[in-house]
Amino acid sequence: MRPETNFEKVPIDRVAVEERVGRLNKRSIKKESKVQALKLALSMVDLTTLEGKDSEGKVRQLCQKAKSPHPSMPDIPSVAAVCVYPNMVRIAKESLRGTNINVASVASAFPSGMAPLPIRIEDTKYAVEEGADEVDMVITRGAFLEGEYNFVFDEIAAIKEACGDAHLKVILETGELHTFENVRLASDIAMEAGADFIKTSTGKISPAATQPVTLVMLEAIRDFYYKTDKMVGMKPAGGIRTAKQALQYLVLVKETLGAAWLNNEYFRFGASSLANDLLMQIVKQQTGHYQGPDYFSID
Amino acid sequence: MSERIEVQKTYKTYVGGSFPRSESGHYYKVFDSEGDFLANACRCTRKDFRDAVLAARAAFSGWSSRTSYNKGQILYRIAEMMENRRDQFVKELGQIGFSKEEADADINASIDRLIYYAGWTDKYLQVFGSVNPVASSHFNFSILEPTGVVSVLAPEASPLLGLVSVISPIIAGGNTCIVHASEQYPLPAISFAEVLNSSDVPGGVVNIITGIRSELVEHFSSHMDVNSILYTDELDKETKTKIDELASNNIKRVVKKNISDWYEEDSANPYFIVDFQETKTTWHPVGF
Repeated sequence: MRPETNFEKVPIDRVAVEERVGRLNKRSIKKESKVQALKLALSMVDLTTLEGKDSEGKVRQLCQKAKSPHPSMPDIPSVAAVCVYPNMVRIAKESLRGTNINVASVASAFPSGMAPLPIRIEDTKYAVEEGADEVDMVITRGAFLEGEYNFVFDEIAAIKEACGDAHLKVILETGELHTFENVRLASDIAMEAGADFIKTSTGKISPAATQPVTLVMLEAIRDFYYKTDKMVGMKPAGGIRTAKQALQYLVLVKETLGAAWLNNEYFRFGASSLANDLLMQIVKQQTGHYQGPDYFSID
Repeated sequence: MSERIEVQKTYKTYVGGSFPRSESGHYYKVFDSEGDFLANACRCTRKDFRDAVLAARAAFSGWSSRTSYNKGQILYRIAEMMENRRDQFVKELGQIGFSKEEADADINASIDRLIYYAGWTDKYLQVFGSVNPVASSHFNFSILEPTGVVSVLAPEASPLLGLVSVISPIIAGGNTCIVHASEQYPLPAISFAEVLNSSDVPGGVVNIITGIRSELVEHFSSHMDVNSILYTDELDKETKTKIDELASNNIKRVVKKNISDWYEEDSANPYFIVDFQETKTTWHPVGF
């Protein structure tokens, strides 16, 4: 049911957000703690392939990589999940059988969300029936920007219901929301409507995830936790390519939400090339030599 | 009116087409031939080198796919720009003990060297590529392709001519490079970077960093995304062994030259280009 509260915009101080991000980015994480953080970040990756040209072979290959990111170093953790389109869920599920890696599926007319609600619900149900453990949906930004907040709330709630036991990640597509106030409001609506995770972007729109936007969303999660005692997860997605960026995100999480969120149940990176950079940095820490992409898998 | 104070140039590094300071914020002092303080040069660290490798790698595909003709034009353009800045180089070489005549000769030879390799850009492929005789109905070609990203320990004692002589053949062949400038005389290298920057050389093709060589050699040799390393000075046995061992981790091509006189005729030759090329041989069925 829709909550009694009216959705109200929380004012956000843009300068302060950017300042805080800038300050937290100065944290220096070295040696053992760096290795630990790199491995933690790797275990939080949703290895993603969302392209029109995706094939069974590509998905199988990605699943293999998810299980064993760098075969010559067996002590490296596997990633959290593999994220694919609904018609690839069955393949991914089959390839990941016997592991604790989840299959996430984008659903509900990803990436635009521009389809009638019944079709989006069908799309979601299909993904879940195929075996998806997690569903990544995208909100209707047009309706949101028109101020139709109840419409957005209802669509999220409806898709949450269609998910059944599968976890729901709600993509706000922050690159199209224009202001931090909108990001904050969309986060609040998504959490009230039952999101298990809130996620920045589809990866199809630029800008995708940025640290200031992530901080705004983390603060929304924190305030929601104070209000309801419910822990909602966070997933920045798109544009996170380097290990350095990943560590900066971990600092934001730790400083805003605390250590309880620093695991892959509550924090994920939606990325495809990030995993390789994390691996290169881990190997760099172990060997002392800078690594090159020639010695790591292509995707 | 108070007396005018001269505006001094800050010598920085040249990475990815811009002039950043060392990430470390560290400097070392550079002295003139009299032992007087001349300038502070960036004391680059492994992180500056790492950034330079990223820039060189990013520039590689674009530079290597330029036509030979275009690479030749750009090398020629470097020479033109250098001619234009003769006075600056004369001054900087003078500070480290070159007489006016010696400095002019050094600059002339540097410019001529650029022209020399500019001429080779569209010729070495013909001279060193081949059509090979084979005993089956195939055409069999061998063609040269650039090795990739090259790290260079520039000649310590020849801060301009030596520098130009090692950079030119590497970029003429379509490679990109990270160069450690002469440790004792780094200033002409940074001025040469200004020439490169105004010569249509895409950013990242040549990256020049300064600093203490003994601190950087390990990283120049070990980086897994560097495909080749060049040095032309006589190094001690320990350093040579270290370079060889670290380079072997990704089978870097180690190119050692022992050149002390850069005026010597043999110090510029097309084999210097071929040192940074890989041979690709193709079998192509003969058609009817």
